[in-house]
Amino acid sequence: MKVYVKLYADLVHRLNEAVSASKNKTIAAGVPFEAELTEKSTVADLLAYLNLAKKDAVIVFINGRTRSPDHELAAGDSAGIFPPIGGG
Amino acid sequence: MWILRINMADRTYRLEDVPAGYQKLGGRGLTSTIVHDEVPPMCHPLGPNNKLVFAPGIVTGTKASTSARISVGAKSPLTGTIKESNAGAGWAPAVASMRIKAIIIENQPDENDKFWLTHLYWDEAGGKPKVEFSPADEYPGKELYSVFPEVFDRFGKVKIAGIGIAGEYKYSNSGIVFNDMAGRPSRYAGRGGLGAVMGSKGLKFIVVDGKGAPGVEIADQALFDQGRKKLSEALRSHDITKPRGALNTYGTAVLVNILNEAGGLPTNNFSSGRFDGAPDIAGEAIFEGNKERLNKELYNHACSPGCIIQCSNTWHKKDGTEHTSCVEYESVWALGANCGINDLDDVAEMIRLCNDYGIDTIEAGTTIAVAMEAGLAEFGDGKNAIKLMHEIGNSTPLGRILGSGTESAARVLGVVRCPTVKGQSMPAYEPRAVKGIGITYATTTMGADHTAGYTIAPEILNVGGDEDPLSRKGKADLSRGLQSATAFIDSSGHCLFITFAILDIESGYEGFVEEVNGVLGTDYTIEDSNELGSEILRKERAFNEAAGFTNAHDRLPEFMKYEPLPPHNTVFDVPDDALDDVYGKL
Repeated sequence: MKVYVKLYADLVHRLNEAVSASKNKTIAAGVPFEAELTEKSTVADLLAYLNLAKKDAVIVFINGRTRSPDHELAAGDSAGIFPPIGGG
Repeated sequence: MWILRINMADRTYRLEDVPAGYQKLGGRGLTSTIVHDEVPPMCHPLGPNNKLVFAPGIVTGTKASTSARISVGAKSPLTGTIKESNAGAGWAPAVASMRIKAIIIENQPDENDKFWLTHLYWDEAGGKPKVEFSPADEYPGKELYSVFPEVFDRFGKVKIAGIGIAGEYKYSNSGIVFNDMAGRPSRYAGRGGLGAVMGSKGLKFIVVDGKGAPGVEIADQALFDQGRKKLSEALRSHDITKPRGALNTYGTAVLVNILNEAGGLPTNNFSSGRFDGAPDIAGEAIFEGNKERLNKELYNHACSPGCIIQCSNTWHKKDGTEHTSCVEYESVWALGANCGINDLDDVAEMIRLCNDYGIDTIEAGTTIAVAMEAGLAEFGDGKNAIKLMHEIGNSTPLGRILGSGTESAARVLGVVRCPTVKGQSMPAYEPRAVKGIGITYATTTMGADHTAGYTIAPEILNVGGDEDPLSRKGKADLSRGLQSATAFIDSSGHCLFITFAILDIESGYEGFVEEVNGVLGTDYTIEDSNELGSEILRKERAFNEAAGFTNAHDRLPEFMKYEPLPPHNTVFDVPDDALDDVYGKL
């Protein structure tokens, strides 16, 4: 199944260095790309697919709600993944 | 230690001993206490009986990192409540180094529209601070980017506090400006119209030269050093605050995308929680845009001396020259997403104009959005938004209406969707999508203010907890606790951003309190620090009650209760009794 992924802050560069080569394009922050996962994949599976460590990708939104690693994904879900960030 | 009292009616000053009850106070704790003790709550904010108070924090001027905050207090012309607004600037440690606990500006000149400059410096021979007054006839009516260099030319390497055209015209959206480390007029105690209070006193600039001053007294140097080390280590190791961490790399605007993902980024005058153009104006876009225009990576700089976090950014034009600093989250949201504008160059120009005219970027952006809703420009039309900014700066009749703040402008323009509490506009977090921050907006003594109790940390950022932003459960307690903790941090002189590190790293929190104990010779615990914060809130609340404010003012605007906000299609559903509990149980 396909899910749509947006990465933010320095995760973009981590992905670029890791698995973006397979996509043959530069991933920019907030620009969605497709990830092909098996049915019943979880948030943790998605992070593994993206080669992102849990300590780097600490906040994962699925369709606008934060979800834990064991949350099961559905086809067409939109994921937004953040490292630790803050501001004000 | 002294209290410096400046009388603008006859341009005289007095150095007073610090009363016993004020000796352990600093920053917000001191400004709010002095306003509480000395300002008649029913006075007109721009009349002779209001007072403008400046106070460096308790550890400001020491080697404590990230501690150069100056607190400014008065009765606010925007809200009618007590007001504390603080900024990071070299002005704060310069004042602290002269052992001045607070500066109180009183009275006003008989002449209308005449301004003076005060020059505060250390008198070697007398062994105390000295103040000289001079007419400031050559500065009013000019933009601050042109005036600041004139002041530096005249006085040398000094620190400036002052007002721009907005303060001269007594706009309720005017801030008090301080120079940053590069001399830019860019560090603002922006909120609540304090620039107008300074303008009402006929005071254009307070120029400070701390050369030769003895420095801050430290009661227990060993304890202070121990605390400083612990806090510095926390700041250097936390992912958000460390060098090349999120704030140093992307600035505060790194929050644009996460609030957008959460559906809590107010867009087009608080009519949606999502903005399609969010990635175009976010911290990542600023970093990448600068990289493209400068052909190198640009990391952020300190707004004030001694900061480890260094989150202040610059934005550059296509030709590589600097456009403006600082493109903060709040500014890029208010003048960007909330106006539907996704062009960073247009947003940067409006931020530059706010600096130039002396205006709070938040209040300016929310007012322009209300004007857009009223049809004065289309949402997304950056060029016409810039024209509205010039109307404000040129003090045209329309500009003076827009300069009076969001609530006044909405009333004049017949706009129902007016995102204010107690007359102050909401900052960059949507209460219908992030319930805790709505409780803070509703109940804080300041009018809508995110910094007063930053529930965003646990609700969105997973710092200091992990709370569901759409749930209202436990949020009154959360807001109350953070409001108390914040009041103490605002008193210490530390930047509120140390909170990211100390909420997650306990030794950092200990170190923070030990620094304060080291300077004051006290033995406060972390629990004590929260109680001291609560005491400050009680004083602020007492002032507001005496000024006519009741629980009925601790409410969000009605439209947020009946207008569901996309994408979650939720309303603000926190019951009134939960709001009343915030201060009821303080």
